[in-house]
Amino acid sequence: MNNLNIKENDLSELALTETVGNIYADNAKMSIRNADVYYGEKQAIHNISLDLAQHQVTALIGPSGCGKSTFLRCLNRMNDTIDICRVTGQLMLDNDDIYAKDLDPVLLRARVGMVFQKPNPFPKSIYDNVAYGARIHGLTNNKTELDEIVETSLQKAGLFNEVKDRLKEPGTGLSGGQQQRLCIARTIAVSPEVILMDEPASALDPIATAIIEELIDELKEKYTIAIVTHSMQQAARVSQHTAYFHMGKLVEMGKTEDIFTRPEHKLTENYITGRFG
Amino acid sequence: MTNSIKSSTDNTQMNDSIQQKSTVTITEKVTKSLKKRHRKEKRFKIVGLLAVLFGFMLVLTLITDITAKAIPAFHQHWVKIDVDYKSAWLNIDDTAAATQLTNQMQTANYRKVLRNSIYQMFSTGAEKKLTRQDKRQLTKLFSTNAEFTIKDKLIAKPNYINKKIELWVKLDDDVDSYLKEDFPLGEAGLRVSKKQAEWIAKLSTEQRIDSRFNLSFFTASDSREPELAGIKGALTGTLLTMFVTLLLSFPLGVAGAIYLEEFAPKNRWTDIIEININNLAAVPSIVFGLLGLAVIINIFELPRSAPLVGGIVLTLMTLPTIIIASRAAIKAVPPSLREAALGLGASKMQVTFSHVLPQAMPGIITGGIIGIAQALGETAPLLMIGMVAFIVDVPTSILDSATVLPVQIFLWADSPERAFLAKTSAAILVLLTLLLVINITATVLRSKFEKK
Repeated sequence: MNNLNIKENDLSELALTETVGNIYADNAKMSIRNADVYYGEKQAIHNISLDLAQHQVTALIGPSGCGKSTFLRCLNRMNDTIDICRVTGQLMLDNDDIYAKDLDPVLLRARVGMVFQKPNPFPKSIYDNVAYGARIHGLTNNKTELDEIVETSLQKAGLFNEVKDRLKEPGTGLSGGQQQRLCIARTIAVSPEVILMDEPASALDPIATAIIEELIDELKEKYTIAIVTHSMQQAARVSQHTAYFHMGKLVEMGKTEDIFTRPEHKLTENYITGRFG
Repeated sequence: MTNSIKSSTDNTQMNDSIQQKSTVTITEKVTKSLKKRHRKEKRFKIVGLLAVLFGFMLVLTLITDITAKAIPAFHQHWVKIDVDYKSAWLNIDDTAAATQLTNQMQTANYRKVLRNSIYQMFSTGAEKKLTRQDKRQLTKLFSTNAEFTIKDKLIAKPNYINKKIELWVKLDDDVDSYLKEDFPLGEAGLRVSKKQAEWIAKLSTEQRIDSRFNLSFFTASDSREPELAGIKGALTGTLLTMFVTLLLSFPLGVAGAIYLEEFAPKNRWTDIIEININNLAAVPSIVFGLLGLAVIINIFELPRSAPLVGGIVLTLMTLPTIIIASRAAIKAVPPSLREAALGLGASKMQVTFSHVLPQAMPGIITGGIIGIAQALGETAPLLMIGMVAFIVDVPTSILDSATVLPVQIFLWADSPERAFLAKTSAAILVLLTLLLVINITATVLRSKFEKK
């Protein structure tokens, strides 16, 4: 009863306050200003502004249904597939407005790749899974180049040694963790600039999760990464910046160590200390 | 005070007993209900098994009955006669030059040769001269085709002229039926007289009658004479019609389903289209026949009775089935697969054709086969567009006049000659075999796609 009261109070407070902390990055790869997302009449995202720093990992955390996945899917216009979904505001990738009329979402998705919650390899061979992106975009001229892309992508995803002898076997035959790394390899093969990860380890066991986390840490050298996660430990381990979402609003954002050690907002504190969420 | 304490202890005791009681009763209750549930399950299993058995028995009965009835159609009785190629009977001038002779052979009077040869055979020895009635009955023993068998033989071997040759010809269908079934004479349906029966007996004792495989059932077209009627025309008509149907309905249906499922905006119009497609699947097939008659034949003036028109009409009929099944199959493809491809930057077209369609293919093929199988057995709409006509030629193109197997079955079942009874069953067997072949092909295709 008491808890509920606090929650309600905080919510009313939130309605009045702006995002606390620092949403700006010195070298922003993507910058989002005043983004609103509507599903039909219902507003799912309220006026969110933040930057994704280049070659760093930004973690989006928050309780279920707070809109972090919805927000992530706006960044490569995956929400376009939902008819009733509408996005407003300014969403920039470098200097391009990603919701500009003349911008082809196909091109955008080649630049902003995505890894999903549940591993979803194509029901094709491991090789074809990784080669698919390169093939459809016509990135290679011959088989040798394609072979090279497949090999380096698998290597970057830390999967090559495990699968090099069975590239012709179906990707769906791998274990869950391997499948997720295959999906990461598939995303890398297109050489995107940004990789969006929607709870990439939530369907995996702790060992596979650890491998994926290590991988994310390595990948940030080359790619800008935004990751949605439910695990605060994971956010603390892999990210440099953390954004805390609540009820479709961005409550607080800042350096990961700051968020987890001295959160400014009461809601953030409640969440990371496990009091609710 | 004491009272209240007492009552409270009473209460706790009571609570204990309730708890005890309730734990016991829950286990008991579960055990009791478990028994009931198991019984229910058992009952359901038995009912299910009975239903399956019943269905299986019905199919088995149907197939055995049809097969048993069809067997007589696959063999045919032939008779050996002594043909006397007398030039006088043939009305041929045997002194003419070779080229003239061949011409004359085309138009010679083979009927006279046949009749006189038969009369000769039966008026020798102790038998007295044949009366006019005897002669008429005697000629009725032989198929009308016998005349042409005699003609073909002479044209193939011109040196038979003025010679007596032993030749096998077909017996008439009534005689054939009489030999196949031991029906007592004079019964309705068997048009064989006592006298004819005696002649037949004589022929068999002379070992002049032989039962052979009825090849002409597969190589001939429809005929008014059962012993000459075959399935080839109807089978070819069916294959041509199915070819047109498949060629039109499958691509159209799948394209329509893909468009509606993947590309069309979800709004009032697509809802209306969906409702209409569903309704169309339930429209009686004869209505499509009327539509075909009114629009395809009367307005577009395509030829009547043609497999092309039949195929178009059957396409109209099967299209809703294919669209509905294909849409269901496309809908069943997990969205994660679409997202995966979209996330890599695949265009909608690429997502559809390289991911969604291969996954949905088994379901689409199943739907297609159901549609085609439906079309294969359809009679009513084809009656409306004139495919019910009596056609003796085997169609060679989709614009020729043709009929189809189910219509042929309908026509034969309607014929009075007893021999058509077996033909009808045999045609049904052919239709079922065709259906089986299509189903097996579909299963093989489906498992091939599923493996991928």
